[in-house]
Amino acid sequence: MIDKIVPSMVEAMAGIRDGSVVLLGGFGSIGQPNALINGLIEHGAKELTVVSNNAGVGRIGLARLLALGRVRKIICSFPRTADPVVFEELYRAGKIELEIVPQGTLAERLRAASAGIPAFFTATAVGTNLAAGKEQREIAGRTYLLEEALAGDVALIEAWEADRWGNLTYRSSARNFNPVMAAAAKLTVAQAQHIVDLGALDPEKIATPGIYVNRVLHVPYGEPTVT
Amino acid sequence: MNVLAACKPLTRNEMAARLARDIPEGWFVNLGIGAPLHVADHVPAEREVIFHSENGVLGMGPAPEPDQINRWLINAGKQYVTLRTGGSYMHHADSFALIRGGHLDLCVLGAFQVAENGDIANWSTSDNDSAPAVGGAMDLAAGARQVWVLMEHQTKSGESRLVRRCTYPLTALGVVKRIYTNIAVLDVTEQGFAVREMAPGLNFEVLQKVTDAPLRSPMSHGGPK
Repeated sequence: MIDKIVPSMVEAMAGIRDGSVVLLGGFGSIGQPNALINGLIEHGAKELTVVSNNAGVGRIGLARLLALGRVRKIICSFPRTADPVVFEELYRAGKIELEIVPQGTLAERLRAASAGIPAFFTATAVGTNLAAGKEQREIAGRTYLLEEALAGDVALIEAWEADRWGNLTYRSSARNFNPVMAAAAKLTVAQAQHIVDLGALDPEKIATPGIYVNRVLHVPYGEPTVT
Repeated sequence: MNVLAACKPLTRNEMAARLARDIPEGWFVNLGIGAPLHVADHVPAEREVIFHSENGVLGMGPAPEPDQINRWLINAGKQYVTLRTGGSYMHHADSFALIRGGHLDLCVLGAFQVAENGDIANWSTSDNDSAPAVGGAMDLAAGARQVWVLMEHQTKSGESRLVRRCTYPLTALGVVKRIYTNIAVLDVTEQGFAVREMAPGLNFEVLQKVTDAPLRSPMSHGGPK
């Protein structure tokens, strides 16, 4: 019997190595897998490359992972969410590397990785500082940049409901990067507010089919707060 | 001396309302964070304009009543919003495919500078910025069918934001079609900025005086509206 539900955080984090590329779902704090991030902190992996839309808020979750010096590099589109104190301190001190990626290019690089596409052309960022060092090509009269796929060793994501096959649903705009990252990593761990019986999820509503999910941890925490 | 003393500039709210007037029913529109988000407040509900938010919301509605908040539903500015009847959710790759694939009729962005060739600078004010935050600005600017800019005509220190060439880091090349400022509405044309409309009490000479780039007079393309 397939059962991806793991009973503890220790099992959810098992095998995550130092130096991993870790994809973290969420847009701001919505859809961000805070329990799993705390689990990663306890687990202790370091020298990580983190891929996340934002660079942490206040001193909790991702910001705490950064503050503890576990992250070597962050790849994100918007490090300046309200109150990114930890990131800014580390960045100014030269203690973390930053790769800024336009948000759509970030999403598409992840999607490309999930679909076996090694690179793609996009018009986004042509003529800007973010085009530096990138191959350009003119196709049908418009200039494009070559962007490479971005795969994760691990994805930590937040779902709303999950079953033992790892099928997932999401809640409203908490979907955001989660399904894209789930499909782009070798090991995908989901925290879910609700665990339901196999067959209880409407197949029409499953946004991430279980093929992309390796482990599910039940984390019923209630409602998120906007930060 | 303030050359604009005789003119009555629009407030931020009036600027948003002025822009909103020009959005026709049926358009799919993305509003950038900051001032553009207020444009939605000025589109009457009976005019069906469908607002997109980059974090995967199509058919975004206004802010909820305090007792009706869905804590999983926010906009690009990370404020609580609602979903209109007929609205839908999608993941980030689909949300940006919609942007980058040219499916949006319009994107409204704020800006630091717009150049007479339509270049826009709206994400960073210096090449030496410690950690610039681009978000979805470059995707929206390059991907929407039309980009309109909503911004003050001048900086706080009185420099023109409408320039010959942008001096701040660029967001996209040659994409801006129209600009709504606190004192004028202008089109970006092959011949540069063309004035469509001016604030009450303002005349073309004064508008030119506070604008770095050369302007084409409203008389040269059909008169003021």
